[in-house]
Amino acid sequence: MTDQSHRGAVTAKNWIALLAIIVVASAIGIAFMLTLNWFPAQASDAAPKIDTFWDVLIVVSVPIFVAVTAMMLFSIWRWRQRPGEEDLDGPPIHGSTKLEVIWTIIPTIIIAALTTYAAILLVDIQSAPAKGTRVVNVNGVQFAWGFETQTPSGPVKTSKLYLPLNEPVKFNVRSKDVIHDFWVPAFRLKVDAVPGITTTYNLTPTKLGTFDVVCAELCGLGHAYMRQTVTVLTAERYAAVMAGLAHASGAAMPAAGAATDAVGKQMFVAGNPATGATACGACHAMKAAGTTAATGPNLDEMLKADDAAGIMEMIVDPNKEIVEGYSKGIMPANYSASMTKTQLAALVKYIDQSVHGKG
Amino acid sequence: MAAKIRQPGWYRALAFSILGVLVCLGLSTGLRAAFALDPVYDGESVLQISLLMVPLFFLGGIGCFDYWLRWASGRTVVDDHKDHGAKSWRDYFKVNTDHKVIGIQYICVSFFFMFVGGLMAMLVRAELAAPGRQFVDPNTYNGIFSIHATLLIFLFVIPVFAGIANYVLPLMIGAPDMAFPRLNALSFWMLPVAGAMMLLSFLAPGGSFAAGWTAYAPLSVDAPIGQSFFTIAVQFAGASSIATALNFLVTIITMRAPGMTFFRMPLLVWANFSTSLLVVIATPFIAASQFMVILDRALGFNFFNPAGGGDVLMYQHVFWFYSHPAVYIMMLPGFGIISEVLATRARKPVFGYRMMAFSLLAIVLLGFTVWAHHMFVSGMSDWIRIPMMITTAIIAIPTGIKIFSWVATLWRGVLKMDTPMLWATGFIAMFTLGGISGVMLAMVPLDIHVSDTYFIVAHIHYVLFGGSLFTIFAGIYFWFPKMTGRMFNERLGKIHFWLTFVFFNLTFAPMHLIGVQGMPRRVSDYADQFATWNLIISISSFILGISSLIFLYNVIVSWRSGPKAGANPWNSLTIEWQVSSPPPIFNFDSIPSVVGGPYEYGVPGAVHAVFDEAKAEPVAVAAGASAGAGAEEAD
Repeated sequence: MTDQSHRGAVTAKNWIALLAIIVVASAIGIAFMLTLNWFPAQASDAAPKIDTFWDVLIVVSVPIFVAVTAMMLFSIWRWRQRPGEEDLDGPPIHGSTKLEVIWTIIPTIIIAALTTYAAILLVDIQSAPAKGTRVVNVNGVQFAWGFETQTPSGPVKTSKLYLPLNEPVKFNVRSKDVIHDFWVPAFRLKVDAVPGITTTYNLTPTKLGTFDVVCAELCGLGHAYMRQTVTVLTAERYAAVMAGLAHASGAAMPAAGAATDAVGKQMFVAGNPATGATACGACHAMKAAGTTAATGPNLDEMLKADDAAGIMEMIVDPNKEIVEGYSKGIMPANYSASMTKTQLAALVKYIDQSVHGKG
Repeated sequence: MAAKIRQPGWYRALAFSILGVLVCLGLSTGLRAAFALDPVYDGESVLQISLLMVPLFFLGGIGCFDYWLRWASGRTVVDDHKDHGAKSWRDYFKVNTDHKVIGIQYICVSFFFMFVGGLMAMLVRAELAAPGRQFVDPNTYNGIFSIHATLLIFLFVIPVFAGIANYVLPLMIGAPDMAFPRLNALSFWMLPVAGAMMLLSFLAPGGSFAAGWTAYAPLSVDAPIGQSFFTIAVQFAGASSIATALNFLVTIITMRAPGMTFFRMPLLVWANFSTSLLVVIATPFIAASQFMVILDRALGFNFFNPAGGGDVLMYQHVFWFYSHPAVYIMMLPGFGIISEVLATRARKPVFGYRMMAFSLLAIVLLGFTVWAHHMFVSGMSDWIRIPMMITTAIIAIPTGIKIFSWVATLWRGVLKMDTPMLWATGFIAMFTLGGISGVMLAMVPLDIHVSDTYFIVAHIHYVLFGGSLFTIFAGIYFWFPKMTGRMFNERLGKIHFWLTFVFFNLTFAPMHLIGVQGMPRRVSDYADQFATWNLIISISSFILGISSLIFLYNVIVSWRSGPKAGANPWNSLTIEWQVSSPPPIFNFDSIPSVVGGPYEYGVPGAVHAVFDEAKAEPVAVAAGASAGAGAEEAD
């Protein structure tokens, strides 16, 4: 018979060593997990609170995993089958009510604590906005976001979201076609845009800068490219930018014919949210309009050799010819329906002039 | 040839399928002509009807309905067991009523789809290896990840568990077969139909279905005809699931050997009992959701069209009322496998057997109360979120009981760390991680940030790959000797485990990080900041994929020429190991009587079951060798 001493009882010394290993490994694990750079920038009032909650979850979770793994590895190390033990059985231990009660109650307490924390936090970060809060309408269409902000000089429609710093804002999120999801990772905000209903989200931006706006719900071919930006500005800068946009896009719609250029530019940078016409600038870069998106080809380069008729054809029938490296079916093919003839003509004129430097 | 077409089989299946297409063509054009629709011939309409009807013609042709139709039409039916048991490999390609043959059919077909689905994952990772467009367009990309998930869920994880249980469960409870052998055969044959339909969708005009395995309306309603392949294939896979679950329930309730009380049943039987309850109650809901989609698509019912009074969110509620329980359908049978492997290889009774059984039932019950945790950001009523968070978190308690009991089973055992045991212990560690990220996801404030990101992708792969797939490998290695009569190569099994274990973690652990950092899921392109991690993930995933070829090589070579296994290579107490490997055609030459618990390791002289005849050693008879004798005894 082989040496059976390793099959003896677990001594107090063993327990202390095992406990020490669990404590040390948990400490190392927690330290490592907390030093990882998990989250993007904290740009809203909710962000630091959610990030702190995450840290709490890490501190609770790591020891549970470490304890389970350590007990398992200890068992394997201590009681693995050694040569000569092929016919040996373990002791017939069928269970222990005491242990089973303990490992039912402890997780119950942890779960109760975490869900209480989470519920309080949820109520806190989504508390109803103060009266008079700024409202931004967020409209998802395949495959771009349109933003509509109320200003003293009327609604301003943009393909980039602008928000003032430290001012509460309420988003009304809608969709015209399929489900999208309005996600600003830096705000820790996410809410679906659902056809038929309006969903809402409240928060306060707390950091200056430009952050990603992402569509997080699969919405079709162009889903991956439905990425735009939000820029948080100081109150003064915000007021100036919005006033400028209100002027440029002619919140009071320019009289037909009088300012074709302004209509063309408006179509380019903001589209026609009333009909769901996506802004060109949401996907295409064009120097004159100041857009930099890279979902579709750069228009300054692509349209160099095209005349107005060619540009018109590409807008109304985008799938006819595809630039190498890009895909069919991503650019909306509904512009002839979602824009009026005048708007289309103005848009083509604007692009033609911008690309060929005639403006 | 004519004679062959009259016999059930592949020739007749082909002939019937062609006939089916013609019938659908006639039905479509006839109805369109009757309603004066223009044009009279509409290819999509014919295709749509064919998807629903041709599989039934195929199943009739291959022979699933022969017996019932003969009986229903008043002709003589002979219970001669001519379709029972496999005498050569050819019999595995025919309709067979032997649960052991059906089990192997299930397992082989499921693993075929695992390799296809895994290949799709490689394609996804190749596209994602760098930002920007690599080699597939967005439509193809969306199709590839949709089919990847759909195949691995509906054609691999769910049916492979049904396959393992099909083989093992009747043996474990001392039954000669399943309760309804012909229904069992029909259940199996619906699977290749569903799988073929999903793959064929690549050939559909407009491309394959590309709305993800969740197929949210209205995206799925507006999608090209390829989406119908998903909608209808899921009906066949679901019908297969429901029929099998009914079969398991009746088998477990009515066909246990004398003395096999519920609390003497091995935990694998308990696990499949619980799973079958889930399947029978929940699966009709996904059938409903997909019927509503097909009615919206084909006939303009407006279930999910707000402009027509429809409700977009309702799809998600109905869908998840199945699809959340479905994650337990994909996990509970694995829990059963782990309990069997651990007890046998640790030479100890399963710790807290009754609590292990009760916690399964608790998971079944709680599993129906949590579906809306998939919808925390969906725009549903705000108040639902907190109760759903609490019920979701509570599931961690019975699941925790199982994990702690498994670890306690190892404690002071005599642990043989061979291949099945490596997979089982690896499972415990990986599933604990997946469970922890699951509790995190239940927490609404955090879920708002991480839902629909790679954090979710990481979580589901920790529970379905590190969880379910690890238990499947544990089970396949564990019962391989029983099913084939031969041993697998232990060294290759261990290499397979370690490669999978290491590269599984390298593939999926970083996804937690990039998800929290802001990478959404289901995208063919991503922001440049995630490029480094995605490259590491892609390279790891390729090695992970290659490691499965070791498994394939091992099972094929061992099945052909591995060393003979003997009846009970693991020295296990449960009944399936007390008969020859593979077992006799009708399982038992004499009915076993159960006299004790299934895991009485370490109790001197303890047995789980005794056989009536004095011979303690079962007679080693290969399946098919004593077909005549077996048939007489079973009658």
